[in-house]
Amino acid sequence: MTKKQHYTITVNGKQEEFLAEPRELLIYTLRERLNITGPHIGCETSHCGACTVTIDGKSVKSCTMFVAQADGKEITTIEGIGGPDALHPLQAAFKEHHGLQCGYCTPGMITRATKLLEENPNPTEEEIRFGMAGNICRCTGYQNIVKSIQAAAAEMNAAKEAAE
Amino acid sequence: MIPAAFEYHRPKDMAGVLSILAEHGDDARVVAGGHSLIPMMKLRMADVPHLIDLQDVGGLSGIEISTDSIRLGAMVTQHDLINHAGLEEAAPILREAALQIADPQVRYMGTIGGNVANGDPGNDMPGLMQCLDATFTVVGPDGERQVPAREFYEAAYVTAREDDEVLTSVHFALPKGGYAYEKQKRKIGDYATAAAAVQIIKENGTCTAASIAMTNLSDTPIFSEAAGAALIGSAVDAAALDAAVAAMTGDIDPTEDNRGPVAFKKHVSGVILRRAIERAWSRA
Ligand SMILES: Cc1cc2nc3c(=O)[nH]c(=O)nc-3n(C[C@H](O)[C@H](O)[C@H](O)COP(=O)(O)OP(=O)(O)OC[C@H]3O[C@@H](n4cnc5c(N)ncnc54)[C@H](O)[C@@H]3O)c2cc1C
Ligand code: FES
Ligand code: FES
Repeated sequence: MTKKQHYTITVNGKQEEFLAEPRELLIYTLRERLNITGPHIGCETSHCGACTVTIDGKSVKSCTMFVAQADGKEITTIEGIGGPDALHPLQAAFKEHHGLQCGYCTPGMITRATKLLEENPNPTEEEIRFGMAGNICRCTGYQNIVKSIQAAAAEMNAAKEAAE
Repeated sequence: MIPAAFEYHRPKDMAGVLSILAEHGDDARVVAGGHSLIPMMKLRMADVPHLIDLQDVGGLSGIEISTDSIRLGAMVTQHDLINHAGLEEAAPILREAALQIADPQVRYMGTIGGNVANGDPGNDMPGLMQCLDATFTVVGPDGERQVPAREFYEAAYVTAREDDEVLTSVHFALPKGGYAYEKQKRKIGDYATAAAAVQIIKENGTCTAASIAMTNLSDTPIFSEAAGAALIGSAVDAAALDAAVAAMTGDIDPTEDNRGPVAFKKHVSGVILRRAIERAWSRA
């Protein structure tokens, strides 16, 4: 067994330092070591997107990255996007438009969607479906997921315009 | 899904990478985006006692477009290929192909170097690189050497790259004429059941050059010189299309797997190639 190494990662603005084996998958670091349980484990085989987090501006499946690769990086999970006291417009829109059923895929969906809207603030339905293709919903609520993202985009664009 | 333990290295330059490779030989492997290697390590199909992360090695992420050629650093990601305006203009087939690889999350991580070095017949970039007649630059203990993409692939996961060599870039002449990357997959994000890369040149209504390569229809990508030759001198009419498809079918050697039996794959490859040629011709 290789020795544990010292790692520093910043999650949702908070710097975390700990010892871990390099082979630890980032999703386990987040969930079991740091108690950040928003990102879920769906497939564990890089297919479902439930474990999606944002790392240095990229949407990443955290079941497909070793903690060693994430050393020194900034990570955002659903917890850093919004919470019960201050929902992000995407979270509010998913709630409003029934963008979730069991909710298992939702943290990954919303985390991915923040990045999608950052890159394309006004996506068409087709662009949403293509841009969300790395996230699978076992409850198959895609119609309402698309609706929620469209509603959030409209909301965010209106807020931006109002601010200008 | 926990891989075997390994020692992790993150050298700052290529000299550091090469010295770790030299020291540990077969026991060491580089990781780029990790989206082919990590799944294999998790399944324990790859055992890598020394993992060398290329992320901090400088000079591997460049996209250089000159008046007659393009060079892509090994660490250029599929996401970079899709979002580079100059590249979209200079070699639109790259973007068309990259958009058909995996899904957004995978494309942020997956690199051109990893995709072509991996040697998985399912990877899309090797066939595309053969279509473009690209050359790969690899560096090892004895310095740099160039290997044409059309001579790089020997069998599944067996390439002309030695274990102690690292692929640093791919380069190719600016593609000319019409292009198409056409891929049949079972669902979005899937590897190809069959894929075709086509570049074609039209002069006064006649095809004067055509380059065709196929993906996931043999244990290596297949550059089908005969399929291209069948189009040259024709107006890419029905007879020429039939001849190109027949020539391509003679060059591939698909095997039965969960994507279907051999007869089905041969049928699909013909459909895909036909679509690719027609689209490329319409753009020529
Ligand atoms: C869900 C999913 C779907 C996918 N679908 C597709 C698809 O449709 N089409 C497709 O083409 N790919 C697909 N992929 C694979 C993806 O594109 C990979 O990212 C890519 O094949 C490898 O690039 P990488 O940078 O991740 O390489 P890694 O996984 O880091 O490395 C792959 C191999 O190449 C070696 N290597 C990497 N870089 C170098 C280098 N510079 N020099 C020498 N050796 C090197 C590594 O040692 C390793 O053996 C998919 C992956 C996933 C997880
Ligand atoms: S748990 Fe990571 S992609 Fe499914
Ligand atoms: S809401 Fe149940 S998996 Fe998506």
